[in-house]
Amino acid sequence: MEELIRSLIGDSILVYVLMAALPLVFVLLYALVTLYMEMKVSAHIQDRLAYMYTGWHGVLQPVADILKLIQKEDTIPTAANKPLFIIAPYLVFIGTYAGFAAIPFSSMYVGSNINIGALYIIAVSSIVVVGILMAGWASNNKWSLFGAMRSAAQLVSYEIPSALAILVAVMITGSMNLQEINQFQDGGIQNWLAFGGPLPIAKKLLLMPFTLTTFFILFVASLAEVNRTPFDLPEAESELVQGFNTEYSGMKFAIFYVAEYANMFLVSGVAATLFLGGWTSPFGSFMSGPVWGVFWFVAKGMVFVFLQIWLRWTLPRLRVDQLMYASWKVMMPFLFVCILAVGLILSL
Amino acid sequence: MNAVRTYFKTIWLGVYTALVGMRLTFRHLFTPAVTVQYPDVKLKLPERARNRLYVNMDDCIGCFQCDMACPVDCIYIETAKALPTDDLGITSTGHKKRLWVPKFDIDIAKCCYCGLCVPVCPTECIVMTDVYEFSEFNRHHLIYNYATLTPAEIVDVKAKATAYEKEQATKKAEATAEAAKAKAAAASAPTSGTAPASAPPAPPSEKK
Repeated sequence: MEELIRSLIGDSILVYVLMAALPLVFVLLYALVTLYMEMKVSAHIQDRLAYMYTGWHGVLQPVADILKLIQKEDTIPTAANKPLFIIAPYLVFIGTYAGFAAIPFSSMYVGSNINIGALYIIAVSSIVVVGILMAGWASNNKWSLFGAMRSAAQLVSYEIPSALAILVAVMITGSMNLQEINQFQDGGIQNWLAFGGPLPIAKKLLLMPFTLTTFFILFVASLAEVNRTPFDLPEAESELVQGFNTEYSGMKFAIFYVAEYANMFLVSGVAATLFLGGWTSPFGSFMSGPVWGVFWFVAKGMVFVFLQIWLRWTLPRLRVDQLMYASWKVMMPFLFVCILAVGLILSL
Repeated sequence: MNAVRTYFKTIWLGVYTALVGMRLTFRHLFTPAVTVQYPDVKLKLPERARNRLYVNMDDCIGCFQCDMACPVDCIYIETAKALPTDDLGITSTGHKKRLWVPKFDIDIAKCCYCGLCVPVCPTECIVMTDVYEFSEFNRHHLIYNYATLTPAEIVDVKAKATAYEKEQATKKAEATAEAAKAKAAAASAPTSGTAPASAPPAPPSEKK
């Protein structure tokens, strides 16, 4: 992809700008679609209809929402710490968007084909915590601060299980490069890491229970990382108004929103890349190729996004102690066992 | 051993119950929505639904029963006496109309839709309809005027009523004066004191 753009417009800074902007285009379009999907899924789960008048079945509603948010007055509380208050939403978005740099959308396109992609994503998505804490602190509002503190505690605890789960995938493939992890799983659904990867059948069957457990835990931990129900304590609207973004309005609020949706896709993309073969076709060489790759990757990601939405409208919110219990006392021991078992099986 | 069992059982229950919930919500995802697309589709109202009031002025006899029954005082009525020569007709229920009703206003913004004004009406002219869409941008537009008389007629009717009343009052005053005179004459006459009880019964009989 990079070479293609380079050959088209020559060697200039524009190549990098284009390469960096491509996921942004995707994220913005995806945010519109997900906004619509979230409202429709939530409505139909509750036997309602949601938007029906803006376009056919309200398909233009996300556009109307964005237009409204752009026009809206951008208020900053007088008692707020102005510079921090302004920087915070952008920092949250940057932290999320930076993660997209290492996500392989297709065999031809990955923002940056670095060798430590998995590590990079774990590291860079932690910036989000700083942004959220900054937003909560700068708002000078007790609800915001509560939300931000909860968010920090939650994200720090759940980074560990998700990092351990990623470690399992890294152990099996022997690489931290997400593009290589993807290529490793090429060749159909039976080669996906969730089902043991492309290993001899005996090893595969031994690995399968552990990889499936890891995959499940990675999914649950990623739910907590994106602050969505049942782990939406930072935003707990019934107790904290809106959590860390209580004081935000207009475009700043929209950026928080886009960042949340982008983060949803980021964690889904990571889970899909690591355990469900990313851009590889589930039918081996059938329907595979760079363009189909984008389709498969986005489709797998969207399945996870749908799962997250589905869960949001099913489960109630966890209590803080339950949240910590689930992370430290359930996920961690299970993952330790998984890592140990996977290591033993691989060394056989 | 027991603690270990509860630990695994709790985890299993957590995962299992989440799946049960997800199955339920997934089923609801495909059940038809119960939403009624209101301005396009309207539900049929119950037969005795209480909504906007309507007054059939042809039947109103100006009795003030509804005004008195109203707990929020949202009905404003003014009446004027009709001349003995005027014929206002009779209502559909057979009551004779004796009063003009130059003003019959209902402030529907104040109305609490209790329906107390409806049963008290002797001629059943104030009723609740099934109209419920009557929002306005200006709340003064929510004061409905039901009176059918034109402003000129109202002035005329009121003037006639006051003139008639004045006439009646002067007649009455004359009558009382006459009676007083008669009484004085009777008192001055040399009859005994038994008569006065029967002598002045004139004033009340003058009233129409």
